[in-house]
Order: sequence, then C-alpha cells, then structure tokens
Amino acid sequence: MSTTDTGGPPDTSETIWERAHESTEFRELRSRLRRFVFPMTALFLLWYLLYVLLADYAHSFMSTKLFGNINVGLVFGLLQFVSTFVITGLYVRYANRKLDPVAEKIREDIEEQA
Amino acid sequence: MTTLAASVEGSNPLLNIGIFALFVIITLVIVFRASRNTKTASDYYAAGRAFTGPQNGVAISGDYLSAASFLGIAGAIAINGYDGFLYSIGFLVAWLVALLLVAELLRNTGKFTMGDVLAFRMKQRPVRAAAATSTLAVSFFYLLAQMAGAGGLVALLLGVEGSGAQALVIAVVGIIMIAYVLIGGMKGTTWVQIIKAALLIFGALAMTLWVLAKYGFNFSSLLQAAVDKAGKAGETLLGPGKQYGATGTSKLDFLSLGIALVLGTAGLPHVLMRFYTVPTARDARRSVVWAIVLIGVFYLFTLVLGYGAGALVGPDVIKKAPGGVNSAAPLLALELGGPVLLGLISAVAFATILAVVAGLTITASASFAHDVYANVVKRGKTSPDSEVQVARLTALVIGALAIGGGILANGQNVAFLVALAFAVAASANLPTILYSLFWKRFNTQGALWSIYGGLAITVVLIVFSPAVSGKSTSMFKHADFAWFPLSNPGIVSIPAAFFLGWLGTVLSKEHDEKKYAEMEVRSLTGAGAEKAVAH
Repeated sequence: MSTTDTGGPPDTSETIWERAHESTEFRELRSRLRRFVFPMTALFLLWYLLYVLLADYAHSFMSTKLFGNINVGLVFGLLQFVSTFVITGLYVRYANRKLDPVAEKIREDIEEQA
Repeated sequence: MTTLAASVEGSNPLLNIGIFALFVIITLVIVFRASRNTKTASDYYAAGRAFTGPQNGVAISGDYLSAASFLGIAGAIAINGYDGFLYSIGFLVAWLVALLLVAELLRNTGKFTMGDVLAFRMKQRPVRAAAATSTLAVSFFYLLAQMAGAGGLVALLLGVEGSGAQALVIAVVGIIMIAYVLIGGMKGTTWVQIIKAALLIFGALAMTLWVLAKYGFNFSSLLQAAVDKAGKAGETLLGPGKQYGATGTSKLDFLSLGIALVLGTAGLPHVLMRFYTVPTARDARRSVVWAIVLIGVFYLFTLVLGYGAGALVGPDVIKKAPGGVNSAAPLLALELGGPVLLGLISAVAFATILAVVAGLTITASASFAHDVYANVVKRGKTSPDSEVQVARLTALVIGALAIGGGILANGQNVAFLVALAFAVAASANLPTILYSLFWKRFNTQGALWSIYGGLAITVVLIVFSPAVSGKSTSMFKHADFAWFPLSNPGIVSIPAAFFLGWLGTVLSKEHDEKKYAEMEVRSLTGAGAEKAVAH
C-alpha cells in the first residue's frame, strides 16, 4: 500500500522532491550529515556508558584521590562536561562549514522551482 | 510538623511572599504585553516562530531546569555526595542526542507537535492519536510530579502549615500557570521561562561564588569541609556508591536510570515543542548550543552548592528540616545571606515551578487540539481559530487536573513520576522519532507498535516495581504486588520499544517512497519549512 491520507502532490509524475532526493548534491549532504552524527553519537554514548559503569561498579577506582580531595570520579565526571562542550563545538563548526552551504543551495533550487 | 519558616530562626514568610508576588506581577505584565500579538495558531503554539536562537536557548534551559534539577540535585549532593552529581551528567549529556539527531530535522519537518513529524509519511489519524497519547502521558506524569512535590515545597518555604492551606497554595500555583498559558500562549510562556532562567542561573552563580569565596576558591578545601561536617561517614561523600552502591539490584537500577536520562530528554514533548518557536533549523541548532552551555554551567554550580550545603549547613540539619533533601539549597541561602537571600531563592524556586508547569501545559494542550481535535476528530477540516479555542479549553482542563492531582498526590513519594516521564519519553517517543527521521522503511504499524508498546511496557513495569508497592518508600507501603525488581524500567523498556518499532515495520508492507523522499529532503535542507510570522 502506497497511498496515505497525508495529501500532497499526485503520484503520477516525478516530483520536485524526488528529483532533489536523487541529486548528487543531496546525496552528498546526507552522507556528510550521517558521516558526522552517527559515529559521534556512538562515541559519546559509549563514553557516557563507560562513565556510568565505572561509577556504578568500580567504586574504589573512582574514589582514588589524585590531588587534595579531587578524585578520579570527579575528574571523570568533569570530563563528561568537557566532552559535551567539545562535541557541541565540533558539530556547530562542521554544520556551518560542511552542511549549511549545501543545504542552502538545494533549498534555493527547490524553492525556485516551486 | 514545624515549618521551615518556623524551624529556622531569621526566615521571614512575609518577605518571601512579597518577593513571590513581585515576580508574579512582573511576569503577568510581560505576558499581557506579549499576548497582544497572539492571534493565529502559529502565534499561540509556536510564538509566531519569532524567537531568536539565544532567546530560545535560555527558554529551553528555563523549561528544563525544573525544581528537581535545582533543589533536588543540590540536596542529593549534600546528602549523598557524588551520587547526586551523576544525575546532572545524564541530564546534560542527553542534550547531544537532541543536538545531533533531533532538533534541526524536527524543526524542518513539523509545525507544532511531535505528531506532525510522524504523520508526515504515515497514516495521519492513527499516528497522531498515538503521538498525542504518549505526549499527554509524559506531560501529565511530569506535571503531577512538579505540582505535588513543588506545591508542598513552596508551602513550606512560605511557612504554610496544614494540608488545607497547602492545597490552597497548589491551587494558586495552578491558577497563575493557567493564566500565563491562556493569556500569553507560547510567547508569554517563553518569556516567563526566560525570566526564570535568568533569575535561577544568576542566583545560583551568586551563591556559588559566595560559597567558593568562603573556602579561598579552593574546591578541595570545600570538599574537606563537607567531609568533616558529615562526621564518621564523611569520606564516602566524595566517591560514588553511597546511594546506589548497596546491592546488585540497586546498581542495575542506577544503570537503568542512567540510560533513561540520556535518552529521555530528546523525547520530552515540551522540549521538542520549543524547537518550533524559532524561524529556522539553524536557529534551532543555536538554541540547543545555548541550552547546553547554560545547563552545563548550571550543573557545575549545583555541584558547588550541594557540597557547600553539606559543609555549611550539614547533612543532619538538612535531613531534619521540613522538605528534607529539597531544603538544602534554601537552607544554604539562609546561612549565607540571611532571610533576604532565602526569600530570593524561594522566589526562584517558585518561578521555576510556574515556568515548567506552564511549558508542560501548553505542550499538552497543543497536542490535544492540533493532533486529536483538528486532525483525528475533525480530519483536518477545521479553522486555526477553533483549534486555538480548543487548545485554550484544553489548557484549562489540564490545569484543573493538575491542581486536583497535585492536591491528591501532595506528600506522596513522587520521584517515580519523573522517572516514569523520562522512561516513557525514552521508550515511546525517542525510538519512533529516530526511526521516522532516519529509517526509510519505517511505517505506520512500526510507529504504533513502538509508541503504544513502549508506553505500555514502561507503565506496567513501573506499576509492578518497588517504587509503587512492597517497600517502606513505596507509594503503597502496605501492599506488595511488585515482581519487577527495578524502580527504573528503561533498561528493559527502551530496547523493547526499539525492537517493537522494527518488528511492526517489517511485518507491514505499507511504505510510501515518495513521501519519504520529500520528508528527507525537507528535513535536511529546510525547503518548504514553516516560516516565521511577521508582525
């Protein structure tokens, strides 16, 4: 079944959207986005999971003091803040440079045709 | 039971009430002014999409940093030390899911609600009904937790004794919240959240600097003072395990909580809806960046405040105070700056509750009016004006339910309601949103299975968990029908919902290639996305 009641253009001809979808520019945009966000998501989730597991099951390791009363657990926790800020910064830079210009061009093409 | 006001020398309930009243008057004036341009559905639900990225980012942090974040985490750190800190890390890292996978794509594909995104390429009526069901469920659990827990807390801060008077306070909170939503719509609500976020963050910053200054800006000395004050068991405050490390089950429970926290945020309907209040996907991105910075910095403040309360007030005093763990931050304020600072911090706590419940109410009312009324009942044949009428009426009903439910649940252990809200968001909403945005093959049956399946599994596991029965801390202390050992169902319900979404999809042949192509192009490029309203 391919019909839905969402409305939209008729199913007969290839639409603007399908043409844009098949274009090399769009394929490039999609692969650029996925190339960044999928590995990065896997990375920060694993990093977070490692932290949770250590805090949950490695109490004595996390309680090891490094200097003064600052222990491994506190440093690990603060590193989660640091990694979150760094990944945010990296993504914004990547999106501004590699995603926005391509997306903008495709959008302008589509809106001209429509 | 003595009140905080009565039990702590120097607190002045009249001063506290005066500061509260000032906040309410100022915000109501702003909401009235903001409401003058609220005419269309887009104005009411999405503030005309006219907020800037930074403004929306501040509002998101105002929406997200609930009383649980401020009072709960500071108190948890003061009592349980390091384990309290673990919550804030989950709450923060969760924003990367929203930033990388959800915010921009959602802004480009939808209009007002989560249902818009799901309905894009699927059968409108069933998926909108499902999206509205889980939105209403999450919003209601969250709302009830805020009203019950916070209503009681504010009553204590005001020095209100007796359950009748506390019910009155809950009702007043509810009525002011309804006024914000009815008069100001999304624009008014957003301004309340912005003002509240500014107050909260600056208040926490001032207290943090004050605490650190007392210890020569040496965090290690602050920790030492907290350890000394706590007596024999003091040293355990510094490492993990004080709260969750007791048994194998409690450790697994913590792991489950950690997973639900990190995956729940990007499925919270009131967070998702905020992405529609900005003009473009780029502004949605900018707003998440602002939110991440503000929320991250705020959680660093709570780390200092929590240990500061432990060092300057002491865990024993905090535990004995009315409001228990939640009173750590207010008691620290009193210790540092006397009754005036306590009044200010109490006003901030009050503002926090109001802003969060207003955000939840507008989200739930939008989902009901836009998804259920306009698209399921009227099949899209309705005017935006009557849709907004219905949304306002729904806000009134939800407000009334929240007041009633809040009064009934006052004094109950409501922590599990927040865990439930996050677990439902992570189980029912997030898998469906991710599949919908990224998986070509995903279809109506898959969406229905992941939403209803995720919701049902989560609710069932909570009902039969020790949070509800079988333990001295349970909701029903004297009954025992718990067979699921964990209070946090996420570790089971989230993978199960992902699996059900996959299974439902592959067992159904339905698939709309053309619509998916359109959706993918729209979501990545922003072509044809809803524009801002010019006034």
